[in-house]
Amino acid sequence: MNEPQHRPEFESELVDSGVIGDVERPLSFVERVVNNEGVQRLAILVVLLVVWELYARWLDNSLLFPTFTETVQTFWHDIRSGVLIDRTITSLRTLALGYVIGLALAGLFTTFAVASGIGTRILSTLTAMFNPLPAIALLPLALIWFGLGTPSLVFVIVHSVLWAVALNTLIGFRSVPETLRMSGRNVGLTGARYVGLILIPAAFPSILAGLKIGWAFAWRTLVAAELVFGVSSRSGGIGWYIFEARNDLDTATVFSGLLTVILIGLFVESVIFRTIEARTVNLWGMQR
Amino acid sequence: MTAVLLEVNGVTLQYKTPRHLVTATYRVGFTVYQGDRYVILGPSGCGKSTLLKAVGGFMPPVEGSIRIRGREVDAPGPDRMMVFQEFEQLMPWKTVFQNVLFPMKVTKKFLPEQAKARATAVIEKVKLTEFQDVYPHMLSGGMKMRVAIARAMALEPDILLMDEPFAALDALTRRAMQQELLSLWDQLRFTVLFVTHSIEEAIIVGSRILVLSPHPGRVRAELDAGNIDYTNIDKPEFGAMSKRIHKLLFGNETDHAEANEVNQGARA
Repeated sequence: MNEPQHRPEFESELVDSGVIGDVERPLSFVERVVNNEGVQRLAILVVLLVVWELYARWLDNSLLFPTFTETVQTFWHDIRSGVLIDRTITSLRTLALGYVIGLALAGLFTTFAVASGIGTRILSTLTAMFNPLPAIALLPLALIWFGLGTPSLVFVIVHSVLWAVALNTLIGFRSVPETLRMSGRNVGLTGARYVGLILIPAAFPSILAGLKIGWAFAWRTLVAAELVFGVSSRSGGIGWYIFEARNDLDTATVFSGLLTVILIGLFVESVIFRTIEARTVNLWGMQR
Repeated sequence: MTAVLLEVNGVTLQYKTPRHLVTATYRVGFTVYQGDRYVILGPSGCGKSTLLKAVGGFMPPVEGSIRIRGREVDAPGPDRMMVFQEFEQLMPWKTVFQNVLFPMKVTKKFLPEQAKARATAVIEKVKLTEFQDVYPHMLSGGMKMRVAIARAMALEPDILLMDEPFAALDALTRRAMQQELLSLWDQLRFTVLFVTHSIEEAIIVGSRILVLSPHPGRVRAELDAGNIDYTNIDKPEFGAMSKRIHKLLFGNETDHAEANEVNQGARA
């Protein structure tokens, strides 16, 4: 009795689906605005600022915790007088130099590493050793080797960028699918052209992650290093700006320095890297 | 039209896994002529994919020789374009058009303007003109495979090497792709070396079928299937051919003859 019930076959006309309206319907304006990532982030930011302002007013002690409006006033004043811009440019110049040197070295190291098995193992060992070592811990040594000044700062930035980027690039290269490698070699690509035309774009999501981590490491290392020994030759950086203000017990200026550090961080992360992502890995469907 | 294109003589292939030295094929020999749709058929693990890789130049034979147009194969080259089973053979960072253009650009076989015209033409042939500026991740599996075939054909290689190109597709798409490949062949008369584990696919696609024995792969037979394709899939000669191949592969244990596919799934 376990045979299935015998039933007649049938064919039917399609049911009219017109009643549900369009198959595809655009979302309303409000729905789109609320779903927008930028709008959501902005809302979070506004809430944080309001909390800050209210707390500072309630505390009413500008030496310990200046209000948001006070910080913005100082910030604006220092921008107009040119001090803050000057300090920021000094920092960014050092940062760019260190970042570029770090990237170049990372490129060199990983090219060497993918070329041979022993190279891979050397790089893995080096990154395992140096990646956990905080760059700032190398500052005393850098001061002995390079003296007070930009070279020391560049040295610690290079250290903080190099290993993070090299590690991520190597992981990226290793995870390139075998089929993609073979189709590259199939058309006769070898050596530098193979790395440049196949490996680097195929590993780009990973490389980009490395660039982001490297940037964040470099930026915080730089600010911290400037706080430790402050001025390099005549012009100090943003860390020195904060350090000076603390010595003067000018907390609003300390806050405006921190605000600058945060704003630059936000700009690089959500404008520069976001744009690169949208034009590369997101467009290519390699990352959501 | 009867020129010898590819000669494989007594080829033994071995590769190392971390624990074993595996012999994939043992003294395999066959000859492919210009315009052949030459199919290598065998169960999983008979070394047919390895054999194709060796022809592609990715793996030197331990013994024997592989010659294309009389020249020894020693490295991968654009005269032998490969089409793989996996969809990730397309470069995700290039559009369909750029993917098709890429091999022509890299090899400099054609002038830039000529290459662009060829890419446009071949994309039209595989009916993807309206998708030519789309990135691969937005395409279906069948479309990606069509791009891979177009890319390989645009370069006009001496021989097209296809490694179970339709195995990862659903049955309906697979049938459509087989027909499309055949109609492309009707127009362009290229030479193709095609690896599959499906008896049905071998008979439909192939004009010659090389039957390999299981592990290690040795030649069992070479059959002519040039007059059988999807138009006579319900005719007795199709069934007879299918039974004959089945017998060659599995001896007389034809009791489960309804199993048309040899070891579906796992790839050789």
